[in-house]
Amino acid sequence: MKLTKLLTGAAVALGLAAGGALAQDKTKVGFVYVGPVGDGGWTYEHDQARKAVVEEFGDKVETVYVENVAEGPDAERVITQMALQGADLIFTTSFGYMDPTINVAKKFPDVKFEHATGYKRAENVSTYSARFYEGRAVQGTIAGHMTESNIVGYIGSYPIPEVIRGINSAYIHAKKVNPDVEFKIVWAFTWFDPAKEADAAKVLIEQGADVILQHTDSTAPQAAAQAAGNVVTFGQASDMAEYAPFPRVSSIIDDWAPYYIARTKAVMDGTWSSVDTWDGIGPGMVGIGEISDAVPAEVKAEALALKDAMASGEYHPFTGPLKKQDGSDFLAEGETADDGTLAGMNFYVEGIEGSIPE
Amino acid sequence: MIRLEKRPQPSRAWSLATPLMAVLATMLMGGLLFAALGKPPVEAIRTIFWEPLFGEFAFYYRPQLLVKGAPLVLIAIGLSLGFRAGIWNIGAEGQYIIGALTGAGVGLAFYPMESWIIFPLMILAGAFGGWAWAMIPAVLKTRFGTNEILVSLMLVYVAEQFLASMSLGLMKNPEGFGFPGSRNLQQYDSAHNAELIAGTGMHWGVVAALIAVIFSYVLLNRHMLGYHIRLTGEAPRAARFAGVKPARLVLFCLGASGALAGLAGMFEVSGPSGQVSIDFNVGYGFTAIIVAFLGRLHPVGILLAGGLMALTYIGGDIAQGNLGLPSAAIQVFQGMLLFFLLALDMLTNFRISIGKPEVV
Repeated sequence: MKLTKLLTGAAVALGLAAGGALAQDKTKVGFVYVGPVGDGGWTYEHDQARKAVVEEFGDKVETVYVENVAEGPDAERVITQMALQGADLIFTTSFGYMDPTINVAKKFPDVKFEHATGYKRAENVSTYSARFYEGRAVQGTIAGHMTESNIVGYIGSYPIPEVIRGINSAYIHAKKVNPDVEFKIVWAFTWFDPAKEADAAKVLIEQGADVILQHTDSTAPQAAAQAAGNVVTFGQASDMAEYAPFPRVSSIIDDWAPYYIARTKAVMDGTWSSVDTWDGIGPGMVGIGEISDAVPAEVKAEALALKDAMASGEYHPFTGPLKKQDGSDFLAEGETADDGTLAGMNFYVEGIEGSIPE
Repeated sequence: MIRLEKRPQPSRAWSLATPLMAVLATMLMGGLLFAALGKPPVEAIRTIFWEPLFGEFAFYYRPQLLVKGAPLVLIAIGLSLGFRAGIWNIGAEGQYIIGALTGAGVGLAFYPMESWIIFPLMILAGAFGGWAWAMIPAVLKTRFGTNEILVSLMLVYVAEQFLASMSLGLMKNPEGFGFPGSRNLQQYDSAHNAELIAGTGMHWGVVAALIAVIFSYVLLNRHMLGYHIRLTGEAPRAARFAGVKPARLVLFCLGASGALAGLAGMFEVSGPSGQVSIDFNVGYGFTAIIVAFLGRLHPVGILLAGGLMALTYIGGDIAQGNLGLPSAAIQVFQGMLLFFLLALDMLTNFRISIGKPEVV
């Protein structure tokens, strides 16, 4: 008797739950962020894209997000939490969420997952990333022209392929327009830490750099450059237009909105499938922020021409002849780097001094 | 006139009551904070404290409380020994990192061999790593009289550099396409600190934390060494007369807390976290200081405090997801807890008296 009662109760509860799920035809989309939404960089841009999803679909979509989620077990718990609470699609927006995403995806086969910048996929897990190195090529071109000391400073975050690719791309294109250019690289070992980034910028400026490129998210290097007076910078991840027209002369902008909208639409239509997306300037995932008037018109024209050539696919930033730092061959004349090589890039190209930290 | 009068003896009743009052005051002020942010205060407090324990998905969150609480308790127990004797190990975060590196290092060195002996060796290596890292401030203090607070804290940043170096170099997964981070030990059976019973969250680290609580209780209440620790903290001069050797006590307290922090790191890297990565450490070593004080440096108190901290973390993340509370508000909320605890702690040693001071 008791048992039957219990079972009936459970059945009713299940029925209610199912009914609830049917009644609610909103598509629920979750976002897991590694930083605070106010970082003005990486996480900020992901949250802008989340807002774009809300704007696009209005009442048909409900979004939730959790910010400042540490990579590892905390991430796994937060992703599980979203799946439990009925998310249909979950974007996990940091490389370190890779294994947690895969783990949770195994337990929730009906939920779709999108992991940014990773390489592990599954039936219900897609990966996506942007070809930021295309933006770096534009930056490198401008930097090569703008530097007078011929020293370009570069604030690296972590020595991972993503960042090394950016350094190489910027260097190749700076060198192309200015054979005397030299890169000084400082590793900050952080994605976002205004104090460390400001220190790194100051060190580079003291060493004679008059152009600073950054792969970290805060505006602290911009502020340091402004204080120094004659140093050129570029916005990173977001436009950082508050420092335009000088020191910020242009920027690389992450624009995830088109992708997030398309993927949400795919879930709504039932057409979602696991894919590996790596989009660049062409599809609009990488944006080049307004090149300010501080840049001479002919340099601006050259930079924009390069941008258009990459957008149309007619030019690849890694085109031979190129050698590796140790002098060995990388790409032969006219050869372009394949995606596999780019994805795992762990060497400098010839001409860059110093070694990649280990 | 309201005055504070020093109690002749610290009040036992107040020392038990202040943590509870601190939690209540935090709920109250936290509620006001959430209300000021335009979120329903009662709902927010309920989400943080109730949802993980008794909510719809408690079956998932309860085990997570163990996973989140175990390293906090394990580290805080070690710290409490030193804190009681006035020996301040602030660098548990570093010892935690080094313990994880040595523990994982042993496991990775054996890869892909499968044997039952690997995991026990990793446990030993983890404890040894944390112990050795804590011995640096301990020996410097006993030999040269350096300040253990500064040295142990600074060594955290050194340990973080080691961690970055290991993730990018020696321990990097050779099949990881050049990305930083080691192999995932969760996929290596002999080195995996798996759940003892699936779905319970109960892993060896949780067991170790419980054993540490019991050992610490026995040590402090039934053992000569524990008596010396308490005596040194409460009456250093008397302790010297009683024949306590300060140097030995420093070595023991820092060594024990280092070994426990190292164990916590090892259980974390081989279990819930799975891999050595640049951002492996998430501040357990520092949060454990709060847990130790919230638990009144008492083993049972620490056990409860560790659970409470874990609750605010997990509940805080749920509140973010469900109510859209910013994570900064959750951090302020957690900060309030320590703030109120320290503020109310005054009542243990002082009494509020109203009226004119008595004539002596």
